Amino acid sequence: MFETLTLSTLPPEDEAIRPALRALIAEAISELPVDRRARSWQGFDASFSRKLGQAGYLGLSIPKSYGGADRSPFTRFVVVEELLSAGAPVAAHWIADRQSGPLIRHFGTEEQRQFYLPRICKGEALFCIGMSEPGSGSDLASVRTRADRQEDGSWLLNGQKIWTTNAMHSDYMIALVRTSGTSADRQQGLSQLIVDLKLPGITIRPIVDLTGDAHFAEVFFEDVRLAPDALIGAEGQGWKQVTAELAFERSGPERIYSSVVLIDAWVRHLEAVGRKDSATMRLAGSLTAQLAVLREMSLAVTARLVAGESPVVEASLMKDLGTGFEQAVPQLIGDDLAANPDEPVDAELYRTLLYVTHIAPSFSLRGGTREILRGIIARGLGLR
Amino acid sequence: MDMQELIDPFARLIEDLCTPAAVRAVEAGGDSSAMWNGFVESGFLDALVAEEAGGAGLSLADAAPLIALLGRHAVPLPVGDTMIARALLAAAGVEAPAGPIAIATGAGPAPFAAVASHILSGSPEVPVLSEARVEATGVHHDVDGYAPGLDGKALRAVAAMLRAILISGAAERVMEMTVAYANERSQFGKPIGKQQAVQQQLSVLAEQAVAARIAAAIGARSGLTPRLADAAIAKHGASLAAAQIAAIAHAVHGAIGISEEYDLQLLTRRLHGWRLADGSEGYWAGVLGGLRMDEAGKPTADFLRAA
Repeated sequence: MFETLTLSTLPPEDEAIRPALRALIAEAISELPVDRRARSWQGFDASFSRKLGQAGYLGLSIPKSYGGADRSPFTRFVVVEELLSAGAPVAAHWIADRQSGPLIRHFGTEEQRQFYLPRICKGEALFCIGMSEPGSGSDLASVRTRADRQEDGSWLLNGQKIWTTNAMHSDYMIALVRTSGTSADRQQGLSQLIVDLKLPGITIRPIVDLTGDAHFAEVFFEDVRLAPDALIGAEGQGWKQVTAELAFERSGPERIYSSVVLIDAWVRHLEAVGRKDSATMRLAGSLTAQLAVLREMSLAVTARLVAGESPVVEASLMKDLGTGFEQAVPQLIGDDLAANPDEPVDAELYRTLLYVTHIAPSFSLRGGTREILRGIIARGLGLR
Repeated sequence: MDMQELIDPFARLIEDLCTPAAVRAVEAGGDSSAMWNGFVESGFLDALVAEEAGGAGLSLADAAPLIALLGRHAVPLPVGDTMIARALLAAAGVEAPAGPIAIATGAGPAPFAAVASHILSGSPEVPVLSEARVEATGVHHDVDGYAPGLDGKALRAVAAMLRAILISGAAERVMEMTVAYANERSQFGKPIGKQQAVQQQLSVLAEQAVAARIAAAIGARSGLTPRLADAAIAKHGASLAAAQIAAIAHAVHGAIGISEEYDLQLLTRRLHGWRLADGSEGYWAGVLGGLRMDEAGKPTADFLRAA
């Protein structure tokens, strides 16, 4: 089972982009303390995203005719690995680059592609994803936000989204909404709409999290009128489209690197204090070895994307393992540091540790909970 | 060469020679010569020996699916160990004996030593062959044994890679058996595999089986004189997975799984033995940690790419 996941090698032309990309990243993060860099894909810096776009690092898999780089998911793997390893602030372009761009490319009309993709590739059109609602989390098919087709072909949108990452900074939301039937119809009657967040009738309220950051928001729609071409893909096919989109969301190296800035800071700390006992070596080695396997698994999933597949089960498998690792890191490093109470730990490392500790529960919530992913794997095993 | 042309006949050979009954007979101390001779006659024991020395000249990565089959069928003889030993001996210009060769790399029990005619120690470059003088572990039906007085530390990395591949093969089979059992066994009016609590466990088992296979592949890619970091990543990952896989498989199987007559135990006892052999996950974590701390200024992602 899952034999298609095998070792894969990044093509040399993709490896070759690292030095120039690194220089760009170094410039952006030089002033950022480690605990800011630990925010990784929660860190928002629109000007950095535009610079990445100008330099050609966004929309990597989008054809050149739409402003993309016409390269492969392997290229994106390299770019994401470099960004996350350094702790660069990537939130501004993250969702547009990872999900919305590929979604519009696959399911959009020619007009929609021409309109959105060039700006996504330049880092100038920022997107958020409207999936969760107050009554719909893991049970996504129960969404109640409705868009009703009007006689002139336009849509009237009413309802509420919540936990929408970066809604307050975004230009557009791709929302999963009900366009026919009722919640009882489940996956039937759902569609995806592109919502211009500047339209009248939209209220966005940021939600502050336990670390003091406000990266997500609640979004209210009150009689929002959308043009006929707001529909992306086919009416009633929203569920199928979202499933394909989630395979993109779950398959990237972001599912293994969320805690890596903390690991690297801790390793530098060990070096600085000169601690080399066997328990310390075992922990450093165990984290490194686990990440080595996860990286190869992530690369293997990327290779399936390169082959044109939609590796839904494989991506779920990798994300569950990866986020479990990411969550174990702050617990283990916390224990290690506090098991040496007479060793000075600088406040920057301590803030980093506690930031990652506090935000770690989100690693296995965003993009599908652990329990949902394991259900998908169980289906892949033939159990349901 | 299309590897499938080797894998299929090797699988058939093992299925013929190593039926569960034959495996049990060898474990119980019975005569293993017929089984061994079957492997000798097949020619597969020289799969890793260089072509100019009369072997098939396969790389370890090429041969990994063959070795994984040995794990999959709980083959109770050191077939993989002998493949590696013969390749190292041939490279060193030493003639290999006809009998089974186990590899001893430390003071703990060496896998298959109790059913070996010879023990390999020394190093990959200077392998040392000794007649087997083995002390039993006393563990029920153990084919492993102590081979005291030998220094095989320098073979630990290659042996660890072998063990990781064997673990990945056994893990695959354990996963298949456990999923099949969960679909057959009915409780509360439905197969237990329909229960979410059981599904979650089986998903973790599948994740660990894939992780073990990927870890083993990382080891195999660096060949018979492995880079230390690759061997460490391979054996750490496979050993970490082995214990978890065995635990979940037994939990799902219930009491039948720990009975002698049910085949699961043939595989899970191997998983535990191989996890401990040639350095556990903790040993290899320590080795890799040392290498990591030698380059403490490097980001982990860079260390991994160089690894």
